[in-house]
Amino acid sequence: MNKIYILWLRQIKKYLRSRSRIIGSLGQPILFLLALGYGLGAVFQKAGEGNYLNFLAPGVIAMSILFTSIFSGMEIIWDRQFGFLKETLVAPMSRFNIMIGRTMGGATVATIQGIIVMLISLIFGFRPANWFGIFPAIIIMFLIALLFTALGTMVASLLEDMQGFQLIMNFLVMPLFFLSGSLFPLDGLPKILAIIARIDPLSYGIDGLRALLINAGHYGLGTDFFFLIVITFIFMGLGSFFFKKIQI
Amino acid sequence: MIEVTNLTKKFDDFVAVDNISFSVKPGEIFAFLGPNGAGKSTTIKILTTLLQPTSGRVSLNDHDPVKDPDAARRSFGIVFQDPSLDDDLTAYENMELHGVLYDVPKKVRKERIQMLLTFVELWDRKDSQVKEFSGGMKRRLEIARGLLHHPKIIFLDEPTLGLDPQTRNHMWEYLKELNKTENTTVFFTTHYMEEADRIAQRIAIIDHGKIIAIGTSAELKAQTGTQSLEDAFLKLTGNVIRDEAASGVDQFRQHARMWGRKN
Repeated sequence: MNKIYILWLRQIKKYLRSRSRIIGSLGQPILFLLALGYGLGAVFQKAGEGNYLNFLAPGVIAMSILFTSIFSGMEIIWDRQFGFLKETLVAPMSRFNIMIGRTMGGATVATIQGIIVMLISLIFGFRPANWFGIFPAIIIMFLIALLFTALGTMVASLLEDMQGFQLIMNFLVMPLFFLSGSLFPLDGLPKILAIIARIDPLSYGIDGLRALLINAGHYGLGTDFFFLIVITFIFMGLGSFFFKKIQI
Repeated sequence: MIEVTNLTKKFDDFVAVDNISFSVKPGEIFAFLGPNGAGKSTTIKILTTLLQPTSGRVSLNDHDPVKDPDAARRSFGIVFQDPSLDDDLTAYENMELHGVLYDVPKKVRKERIQMLLTFVELWDRKDSQVKEFSGGMKRRLEIARGLLHHPKIIFLDEPTLGLDPQTRNHMWEYLKELNKTENTTVFFTTHYMEEADRIAQRIAIIDHGKIIAIGTSAELKAQTGTQSLEDAFLKLTGNVIRDEAASGVDQFRQHARMWGRKN
């Protein structure tokens, strides 16, 4: 337990020390809120869908969690190339616990990032319909974070170095984000897009956030929680399976 | 304490370690010598559970690193050849993390961290992040960290590379003391022949993945009819200079520089 804690703490300390990383990763959500939130607001309103910024904010919060957690998971690649991973791999501690410590740390960092983005979107004019929804929404955020940190760990365990980074970005992270209903409502989609959104685990996270924050869920909160938890378990399992296989 | 039987490791077609067998007794100080690329580090990686052997058997303190890696890991400590510190953490935090991972009790941990950091003359820099350290300071910290828990076996992969004579002497004094008081088995590699000659009780020489000689320094000299261990080593392994293939890390560093990340 102590060992898991110290690995978790390491991740938090590293996050808090890299101010440039914190500030840098806020640029993108702000851009989305500004360009899309304000830019498409009028059109959305005319279509009778209400306030676009309120609709968009949960999607942007989830986006920042997605990015931060995938990269936290993939930090294994840096740790491997710069040597620190060896230090943990030879320690008397099961690989499963190493993976848990790291994943928890990465997920915590991503959740903090999500909360910061939520606060920023409040400044931009986001108003939750239900303020008490924020607390269960943070649980959803943590689940999203856990799920994608585990996915990042899995990907990182399979890659030797950062060469494949662009590939992961364009064929995994971006599709996960754009096809999840982060930017558009899930009602009345063309069949193919609806199916894809159903497969994308991020959809359930964003839908859950919308259900809690702006009373606008699509799948239903129960379904969202169910799929998030099940997929998180599956990815944690896969992540630790591949992490165990790492050889240096 | 360490038993290696018919160990082989292949990377695709390349045979890094070719059917080697040797054993190290409890409490022995054992040097593992060989030119670059001879298979030293690969052997150490297999012994320390970082790599899986292609064939053959290994036993560490009666545990099999392949079948029971956790038990094997409890038996040893290692100082790696290449860096394995976390640059974003401070010197103290690196030590602390290691102590926790190796179950060193809190009180002992605090005392030993202070003692070891003082010992490698980094105590006044304990709260600086490791990325501010010079190469030599990092190396010293790495050594201090490796000595923090007192394992049954300690592996040192070229520990003294880039250390000044003072620190080197300090380190060996400490290890010899540990060897005497706790009967710690020491397994090390080095390119400094006089060091192996002075410290090791027994020496194995590996080349092209095969062990070509094993024995005390005196035996090796007698076997080759030479005066010094260096001459014996050269006689056994030849005068050709070896190249190691650029490791993934080197390639990566280049890549990282290209992408503007400092390392």
